Amino acid sequence: MTTSDATFYERTQEALKNAQLHTALDSATTRFVEGRAKALATLPEAEALRDHARRIRAHTIAHLDQYLAQFADAVEQQGGHVHWAATTGEATRCVAELAQARGVKLAVKSKSMVSEELALNQALEHAGVRVAETDLGEFIIQLAGEKPSHIITPVIHKTQKEVAELFRQKLNAAKTDLAGVPAMTALARRILRADFLRADMGISGANFGVAETGSICLVTNEGNGRLTTTLPRIHVVVMGIERLVPTIEDLGVMLQLLARSATGQKLSVYTNIISGPRRISGQSAQKEPDGPTELHVVLVDNGRTKILGSELAEILYCIRCGACLNACPVYRQIGGHAYGSVYPGPVGAVVTPGLYGIAPWSELPQASSLCGACREVCPVRIDIPRMLLKLRHEGIRAGKAPLWLKLGIKLYRFAVLRPALFHLGGRLGSWAAGWAAKNGWIKKLPGPLSAWTDYRDFPAPASKSFSQRWREERGASSGK
Amino acid sequence: MARHTINLLSQSKAPIVIPSGSCADMIIHHYPKLLAADITYAAKAKDVAGRTYELTQFLVNVLGVTNLGAGSRGCLTYHASCHGLRGLGIKEQPQQLLNHIDGIEQKELPETEACCGFGGLFAVKMGNISGAILQRKLDNIQASGADTVVGIDVSCLMNIGGGLRRRGSRVQVRHIAEVLRSTGTEK
Repeated sequence: MTTSDATFYERTQEALKNAQLHTALDSATTRFVEGRAKALATLPEAEALRDHARRIRAHTIAHLDQYLAQFADAVEQQGGHVHWAATTGEATRCVAELAQARGVKLAVKSKSMVSEELALNQALEHAGVRVAETDLGEFIIQLAGEKPSHIITPVIHKTQKEVAELFRQKLNAAKTDLAGVPAMTALARRILRADFLRADMGISGANFGVAETGSICLVTNEGNGRLTTTLPRIHVVVMGIERLVPTIEDLGVMLQLLARSATGQKLSVYTNIISGPRRISGQSAQKEPDGPTELHVVLVDNGRTKILGSELAEILYCIRCGACLNACPVYRQIGGHAYGSVYPGPVGAVVTPGLYGIAPWSELPQASSLCGACREVCPVRIDIPRMLLKLRHEGIRAGKAPLWLKLGIKLYRFAVLRPALFHLGGRLGSWAAGWAAKNGWIKKLPGPLSAWTDYRDFPAPASKSFSQRWREERGASSGK
Repeated sequence: MARHTINLLSQSKAPIVIPSGSCADMIIHHYPKLLAADITYAAKAKDVAGRTYELTQFLVNVLGVTNLGAGSRGCLTYHASCHGLRGLGIKEQPQQLLNHIDGIEQKELPETEACCGFGGLFAVKMGNISGAILQRKLDNIQASGADTVVGIDVSCLMNIGGGLRRRGSRVQVRHIAEVLRSTGTEK
């Protein structure tokens, strides 16, 4: 799912020049990185818990077929309906048909990455259903006609000032409504409250599905998820097939890590565990006075089984906390939009080519210094750098490497395997560099190497190579 | 290239000491994986990996030395290179060695564990992003107030040094081996 027509380089250039983006990203990611570290430090067994969480996710993904079947049965036993969607088209058609068949005109929606992946809003609007995003960040994004730039804080790229200006333009907000974050939030609440009460359908994602109970777990900080899933008469859950945990106990493990890794909270403000629609039959004590009368769970594959059968399967362990984005030096510079995918950052650089193939997304795995910060903070210890290397390899095999790089590597390899040639090359390089250098530094390198000297000087090599000095000094000391 | 290097390093059974966390990480962790399916080289790769050390790791963990009797001058700050730090777990060793150098002052580098933006060919393939990451590192170095940045990886130091030079900064970069070798009476 492409979010922009510009090339990757153009997008990164645009992002790097955007001073407001830099301010917004810097303050948010710094706060999250520090918050995460502090929150995990409050757990005496944080490292063991991460190991355990990884084992749970690895086990679930390895037995996904069984847990999906168990989950689907349990959802139906609870009175819900399960829909299997192999593709984007199947998923969006399924939700659109549900809405149309039930005369739904307005749907409220809580934040869901898989719905972004599917461009579900567009499909529903096309089917004549208005969709109101109710997460404050998503509300802002929808007003601005943009895409989220972070998987948990979609509007991380905007400053308060920019949001105020947007509200003034799009909502005709009065000055008093824009006096600070609480006033702006209150304005959004007033607008959203009316939609919540009118809507016939609530659409949510799922942070986790619990296989043994058929429960949906949804974590939010704003309470919009609770309203979305309880007020409208129909609740539709759209979730990727990998979002399962086997048991409620396993869910407890994940919840201890999710909010801590994401925002540095011990637990998000709202944690909903939804098991089935409103109970209307049976003993009167079991009857429920409120809640949706229909619950539909749409299980979306859309390329996930392809990932499952590949060397990228580990990326399906992801619990979408966003810690790898916050820790990534590249994400912190370019933000989410530059990636061009709804899944940005280190996890997105693996998920996106995994879902849609390497050819259109070959730059994403390149956009990493392989520093390993993502692996270090991942609550389930996903080895993202390993998969980025694997994807780079696939990119080269798909013919996506520039010619200078292919030739350069071949030439380098040829020389490395022939020591005499390597030394000669070294001397030639040293001589050329010495000629180009002033005071030991080169200001401009030729061709593709100019990307180095666009941003820093390049040191001229020492006049004597290491092996020359080694021979001389060792020769002198051993008296040879 | 890995096979060629392994052949060369197999000519002796001695420990292999590398003054670069990135190169050591490649040989220690990546060579055995790269050649795991190679009947002749899998065992050789493991053997070489098992006796390869990064310099400060070798000094502190193998030789048990932290005081090399070095002396120097000025105010140092330490940049923790990624592959040494996250690949090999080198965190305390350089600090222990630096703590025993006479005549120097040390300053903490803000965000010392953040990448400098080098990343090998990344610095050339995505020079603009790499350059932006580097600027943040340079800002932190200048904010630390140190006059010298010390590291364990030449490639990061080349990147940082080139960036400082481009800025016209007078902060020097030095590999930890250079600092440990000095006596404080040079120049």
